[in-house]
Order: sequence, then structure tokens, then C-alpha cells
Amino acid sequence: MAGPEIKAPAFREYPTIPVMQPGSMAGLKPFVANDKVQEALGFPTQLAENWQDTHDAVIAKMGELLGKYRSLKVYMDACVHCGACTDKCHYFIGTQDPKNMPVARQDLMRSVYRRYFTPAGKLFPALVGARDLTREVLDEWYTYYHQCSECRRCSVFCPYGIDTAEVTMAGRELLASVGYGQKYSNEIIGKVHKIGNNLGLPGPALENTLEGLMEDVKEDTGIDIQYPLDVQGAEVLLVTPSADFFAEPHIESLIGYGKVFHAAGISWTMSSKASEAGNFGMFIGNYDQLRKIAMRVREAALELGVKRIVVGECGHAWRVAYSFWNTLTGVGAGASDPFAIQLQSQLDHRYKQPSHICEFTWDLIQRGAISFDKEANDHRIITFHDSCNVARGSRMGDAPGGQFEIPRSIIHAVANKYVEMRPGTTHEQTFCCGGGGGVLTDDLMELRVKGALPRMETIKQVVDGQGVNFLATICAICKAQFSKVLPFYGFKSSMIGGVHQLVSTAIRLGDK
Amino acid sequence: MAMCEVNGKTFETDEEGYLANITDWNEDIGAYLAQTENLPLTEQHWEVVNFLREYYNEFQIAPAVRVLTKAIGKKLGPEKGNSQYLYELFPYGPAKQACKIAGLPKPTGCI
Repeated sequence: MAGPEIKAPAFREYPTIPVMQPGSMAGLKPFVANDKVQEALGFPTQLAENWQDTHDAVIAKMGELLGKYRSLKVYMDACVHCGACTDKCHYFIGTQDPKNMPVARQDLMRSVYRRYFTPAGKLFPALVGARDLTREVLDEWYTYYHQCSECRRCSVFCPYGIDTAEVTMAGRELLASVGYGQKYSNEIIGKVHKIGNNLGLPGPALENTLEGLMEDVKEDTGIDIQYPLDVQGAEVLLVTPSADFFAEPHIESLIGYGKVFHAAGISWTMSSKASEAGNFGMFIGNYDQLRKIAMRVREAALELGVKRIVVGECGHAWRVAYSFWNTLTGVGAGASDPFAIQLQSQLDHRYKQPSHICEFTWDLIQRGAISFDKEANDHRIITFHDSCNVARGSRMGDAPGGQFEIPRSIIHAVANKYVEMRPGTTHEQTFCCGGGGGVLTDDLMELRVKGALPRMETIKQVVDGQGVNFLATICAICKAQFSKVLPFYGFKSSMIGGVHQLVSTAIRLGDK
Repeated sequence: MAMCEVNGKTFETDEEGYLANITDWNEDIGAYLAQTENLPLTEQHWEVVNFLREYYNEFQIAPAVRVLTKAIGKKLGPEKGNSQYLYELFPYGPAKQACKIAGLPKPTGCI
């Protein structure tokens, strides 16, 4: 896109703490949601004309959030500024802006919290680092709460377990609630409500795309593999990010899911109503939106009468499904309304509900229900990038760490050549791709390129050292982000792909 | 949001330079939008742009990259039915750059 040329920061010889460059990212703000976008979500369309009204609304909302979320109050109170988080953030490492240190990002809100919600801050603001909420402070929130990908790497290192992502979510919630929402996320949420998915892909287009896909797969394999939509009474409902229908390399994993279902002989369907696994309601920290988006999946499951719900390769969708569906919609267990009860009796509880597509595939592999020609992947030397929301916000399988082991076990089952990236940058300490949490937009490209630095450094080590040429992930955002930023660091964008893309290459489909 | 004028016709574009109202589009405006991308349009570009508009009229969305490459391949020959050809024409990516020139809304989401 036309605009200033963005340059990737240089690789560091050693991963040392970068020198601070105060204000280096102060000028980068994503586009603000326009009236139409805000209105569609029931948010005020603009900031109030009178600053005092906005000021009062923010403080009132902050009081509401502090009352509703005990966690937020604990995070506001508990930080002792020990500094353990400072150099753990990929955005601080890549941008060198001290306000992108997690502790500093939180303090943008903490200072206001102290002023209005603590006795010391009310009486002696200057002594306790408390400050008034001004228009400048609000703009600063908008800037820096959109330079966080809510990846929670800093939280892993925090001795108090403060979850910076929740502070960012609260910041965005406060902003949107007074008419200062982000265009990218809010426009997408509007499309989910109106059309059914983040892309805005209407039912007929989805049908047409899937038909074309069936033809392509038939051409490649000689076999009729189905990519079914809205099939009543199917065993499995697959809910996957809409990028899987549209973008490269995402669609290669969708092809892979279909081959797995085919080879295992399990009937499945996708849904035009729930044609999106992603849930940007989490990114903007809005519980009502989070719930409303999640409810579509429950409605689709009830309508189609499926026995199992499986979630495709989407990082934050899996966090929402694994960690929040329970209480949001009763798809898991625990909800007590009549529809949740109906859904519970409909689902087959011999299986995990919901299951991740990797759990689903791994289960079939272990039972010997599907098999592979591993040599088909011999042209690839593979490494696996753990996606934040899977790594730090969910689990898979029956054992701790299953979310790390199951995708790797699948790769080992379908390919011969596998390399790990440097310890301390994988598993729960994985670095964000640089595009998660609602920042995967062109207007934040500078942030995305710079924030990718630490991950790119570890990729460079395995590319130079072991000849890695395939970066496997299980997240649509990671796939899109890497496709765009890899070339800035001298890598081919074609090296990024999905775990089920590898499955797709090697799976035995029977006689041609 | 910005108001623009090309050959006497005024139209609105959004923050990112995409046409706000698809019905405003004509070939002059397409050429203007290409200029904002520093992209000189050739006959090959127009073939893609016209296909995008046809697809959009039917489905109210831009085609998936795969659908686009396949359709272009069918229409213009197999040597053009690949994403490399499309990226050569539209370096910033056929999904976004070609959509912009065709006056279609920007595809959103995890792409």
C-alpha cells in the first residue's frame, strides 16, 4: 500500500535488552471506528462534545469494570514495578518505545486508577504517581492499548501473575464505550453479526468457494472429498476461521481437515451461520460481544443436531472455546438454561466438547484410524511456532502441556524432518507473531513488522543452522501475519503454513 | 474519509482509500484508485479488475485467492492461473490491491 516505507529492525547478535527510544511509537494509531461501525455494535458513535462528559463516562465505566472484574482491581493494585516483564514484550524489543514495556503500558491506566479509586491518589496524587484523566491520556491509551497483542508472554514472567492482556482489554473496552473504538476489530465484529463471519463471506459465496475446493481436491487426488455445508444430522460440526475459506496458506489446512474426515469415515459439516471460529469480542474486552459471537456456534450446533463440535486452526478461537464457552454458552458444561441442557444431551460425551482439530486428528492417529506416507513431506524441514492463545490460554488432551505436545506429535507422525526453535521462545514462553489480538491491520504494519523481530531472530537461527523451510502454526492470524512480515526479514512468505497442511500432504486416502 | 473528484464525478473514499460506495465506480475512478497505489494499469490488470467486479455482483464479496486464480486460468490460459501471476500484477496482493482498484470493499479478518 502506498505510504512510508517500513524497514525491519536489524537482527541482534545476542538477544539483549534494547536501548530505550522514548516516544518512538507515539505517532502510530490505528484508524478510529466511524459512526456506522460503532453504531452497529451499540457503542456511542463519537466522543462527547464536552470533555467533562467523556471524562465522567470513562471514570464511571472504570468503576463498573473494577467492580465486575476482581482480577482487574488486583492487577491495578498488585504491581510492585519489579521490572521482570520489561524485556519480555516483543513490541518493546522491536520498537524500543518504553511505553511498550508491559509495566509501563499498565501504568497508563494504573496512574488514573490511583487518582480516582485510591485514598492516597485522591489526597496526594503527585506522591503516588497518580494523574488526572485528560484527553491526552485517553489518546495515549488509544495508541498504546493498540500496540499490545494480548499475547500474555509478560504474564508468564510476572511474579504476581498480572495479566497485561486483561488490562489492555479493559483499556479498549473503556475507549469503545465512550465512542473511541478501533475500526479494524469493530468493523469485523459488525460483519460477524450481519453476515456470519469476519470476512463478510455470504452463504452463497461460501457454498461456491467450497464447491470449487472439492473440484480442486478431486483434480489433485482423484477422490471425491466432501467439504459439506449445513448438513443436518452430521456427526461433527467444524467451526473454523473464515480465513480458511479465503486466504493462502489457510485454505491448505481446510483441505487437510476434509481429508482427515474422509479418511476416518466420519460425517461432518460446516455451518453458514457459524462460519467463523474467531471471536474478536475477546480482543476488545467486551463480554456482551464475546457472548453474542459465541452463541452463534451453540445455535448452529442445536439446529444441525451434531454430536461433536470441533474447532479448526485458530488460536484465540480455541482459547474462547476451551476456556470460555462453558460459561458463555454452555457448549462445554455447567450452563443451566434449557438450550444448554438440550445441547448437553445432544452432544456425545465420550469425546471432549469442544475438541481442537489437533486433538481430533491425534486421536485418530493413535487409534490407527488414519495413516501417512511421511516421505511426502521430505522436501520440508519443519519447525513449529506455538501460537499465544493456544499456548498460554488453553490446553489440549489429558495431560498438562498437551497444547504443546499434540501439534508436535502430529507433525512427527506425518513428517520426518523436524527442528525446535530456541528454548525460552517456544511452549509457554513463545513469542507472538506480532499480529495477534486485533492489530492485524495495514494501518499498524509498522508495529507488526517491528514486533515480529524476536520471533524472526529464532526463525533465522533454524533457517541458517538447520535449513528449516516450513514454519507450521495452528492460528489464522499467525499465518496471515507471517505471510506479510517474513519478506521484511529476508524470508520467503511461502514458508508459512498450517499443521493440517502437512497432514494433507501425507495422509493416505485409499485407492485412487 | 475523503471526497475526491474524477472527470466531474465526485465520490467518497474511506480512511484507507477504498471507495466508500461501490455504485460510484467507473473506469476513470478505477484508474484514479490505481494511481493512488502507484500502479500503471495494463490490459491484464483490467481483466482481473473486471472479473472481480463480476464476481462481486454475483456474490457480494471478492473471490478467494484460489477462486480468482482458477477463474483467471480458465479465462486467460493456464499460464496465468497462478498466484505468482496475480502478485506480479498486484504486488501488494490481489485480494487487497485489486479489490481497491475495482472499487470493492476491503476484505477483512485474519487474512
